[in-house]
Amino acid sequence: MKRKWYDWRNVYLWLVFLLLYAPIFYLIFYSFNSGTTMTRFSGFSWQHYAELFADTRMIEIVLDTLLIALLSSLLATIIGTLGALAIYSVKKVWLKNSILSLNNILMVSPDVIIGASFLIFFTFLGLRLGFSSVLLSHIAFSIPIVVLMVLPKLNEMNHSLIDAATDLGATNFQVLTRVIFPFITPGILTGYFMAFTYSLDDFAVTFFVTGNGFETLSVEIYARARQGISLEVNALSALMFLFSLLLIGGYYFIEQYNSSKKERRRNRMGAKLIK
Amino acid sequence: MKKYNAFYSVPYVLWLLLFVIAPLVLIVYQSFFNISGQFTLGNYQDYFGSGTYLRMTFNSIWYAFIITLVTLLISYPTAYWLSQTRHKQLWLLLIILPTWINLLLKAYAFIGIFSQAGAANRFFEFIGIGPQQILFTKSSFIFVAAYIEIPFMILPIFNAIDELNPSLVNASRDLGATNWQTFSKVIFPLTLNGVKAGVQAVFIPSLSLFMLTRLIGGNKVITLGTAIEEHFLVTQNWGMGSTIGVVLIVAMVVIMFATGERRKKGGHHE
Repeated sequence: MKRKWYDWRNVYLWLVFLLLYAPIFYLIFYSFNSGTTMTRFSGFSWQHYAELFADTRMIEIVLDTLLIALLSSLLATIIGTLGALAIYSVKKVWLKNSILSLNNILMVSPDVIIGASFLIFFTFLGLRLGFSSVLLSHIAFSIPIVVLMVLPKLNEMNHSLIDAATDLGATNFQVLTRVIFPFITPGILTGYFMAFTYSLDDFAVTFFVTGNGFETLSVEIYARARQGISLEVNALSALMFLFSLLLIGGYYFIEQYNSSKKERRRNRMGAKLIK
Repeated sequence: MKKYNAFYSVPYVLWLLLFVIAPLVLIVYQSFFNISGQFTLGNYQDYFGSGTYLRMTFNSIWYAFIITLVTLLISYPTAYWLSQTRHKQLWLLLIILPTWINLLLKAYAFIGIFSQAGAANRFFEFIGIGPQQILFTKSSFIFVAAYIEIPFMILPIFNAIDELNPSLVNASRDLGATNWQTFSKVIFPLTLNGVKAGVQAVFIPSLSLFMLTRLIGGNKVITLGTAIEEHFLVTQNWGMGSTIGVVLIVAMVVIMFATGERRKKGGHHE
C-alpha cells in the first residue's frame, strides 16, 4: 500500500493534532501580547513574563506546588514500593486480588469523591486544612499508581534469582537490596515520575482539602480564570508547557531505557534458544 | 522472610485502612446526617423524592454519555490510523503530551477562544455566520470536555489495536471480505476491550467535571460533581453532598460491571 502525504487518513490525524494543540499554542501566543486581552494581538512584549516573575505570591505558590509534588511523590514511592513487595509476597490468590481491588479504588474513583471523602476524613480527625492535608492527600492518591508500576516488574523477575541468592547464603536484607531492588528500579522510577506529575496536575482533590491560606497552582489558576483573562496566566502556561516537555522527555528517556533493557534480555534469551 | 514481610506491609496496610477504607465508610456514614447533624434518612428521601435531583442525575448521565460518544467517534479512527503510521510510538507520545498540561490551563484557553471577540467567533464571522454566544453554553461544555478526554480514549484503543494480530486482518482480506466487513467483523470486535477501557476512563470523570461546568458551561449544566462540590464547599450541607457521592459511587460500580474489568487508567485527569 503506497501512502502519499496528502492521504486523507493523514489529513484526519493532522486535524486531530491541530485540535489538541491549538488551545495550548493559542495561550502561549497571547502570552507575548503587549495588550491585555486574548483576542487582539497588539504587538510583541515580554511584559507578562516580567509581571509573573515580579509576582512574589505566584512564585510562592509555584514553589509550594513543587514542594508538595516532590515530597508527596517521594513518600508515595517509598510506601508504594513496600506495598508492591507486600502484595508480591502474598500467596493466597483471593487475598492478593482483594488487595489489588482495594489498591485500585483511588485510581478509578472520580476526584470529586476522593476530595469530598478526604475532607470528611480530615475533619473527623480534627486535622487543620492546609499544607499537611494537601500533602497527605497527594501521597494517598499517588500510592496506587506506584504499586501498579512496580508490581509488574516484580512479577517479571525470575524467582530462581531469589532462590539462588538465598542458597548462596544471602540474608533477607541482601536479597532485597542486591537482587530485588536493582531489578525493579526502572518501575520505581516510572512510578515516581507518574506520582510527581499526578501531584502537579491535581486540581479537584486539592480544591476540597486546601482550606484557606494554602494554595497550589491549579487552585490559583481556577480562582484567576473565574475572574477573567489575565495574560500573566498565559505566561505561566507557556513556562509550564516547557516544563512538561522537559518532564515528558525525562519520562520518555526512562521508558527507552526500560525497553532497551528488555530488548537486551530478549536478545540474550534468543541467543540461548539458538544454541 | 515472614518478619520482613510484616515490616514492609505496615505502611501500605495503614494507607489502605486510613485512606481507602475509612474515607469510603465515612462518606456513606455522613450521608445519613442532615445539615444540623441529626441522624436521618432524609437525604435519600430528598434525593429520590424530589424531581430536581433525579432530573439533575439524568442530565449528568446524559451529558457524560454524549461526551463519551463524541470522544469515541473522534478517537477510534485516530487510534486506528495512528497505529499504521511509522514512528507510531512518537506520535502516541505527542497525543499524550497535552494531558500533561494542567487541565485548568486548557479550560482557561477556551475561555479566550470562545469569548465574544475570540478566535472561534472571528472564524464564524469569516465564514459568514456572524458572531455567536459560544462560551457558557451546553455545547461549549461538551466540546471542551470531549477535548480534554480525547487522549484518554485514544490510548487504550491504540493499545488494543496495536496488540491485534495483523495476520487476522490479512486472512479476512484474503477470504474476500470488504474493508467494511473486515472492520466490523474482525477489527472492531477484537479491539472492543480497548473501547471498553476508554469508555470507563472517560464516562466516570465526565460525571464529575465541576470546574468545566463553572468555567465553560456557565452553570448551565449541573453534573453530579458540580452538585457535590456545591454541597461541600458552598452550602456546607455535607450530608446531602455525601448522598450524591454515594449515588456517584454506585453509578461508577454499575459502569465498571457493564464494561467488564477495568484496566488501569491511561493517565491522570480530573
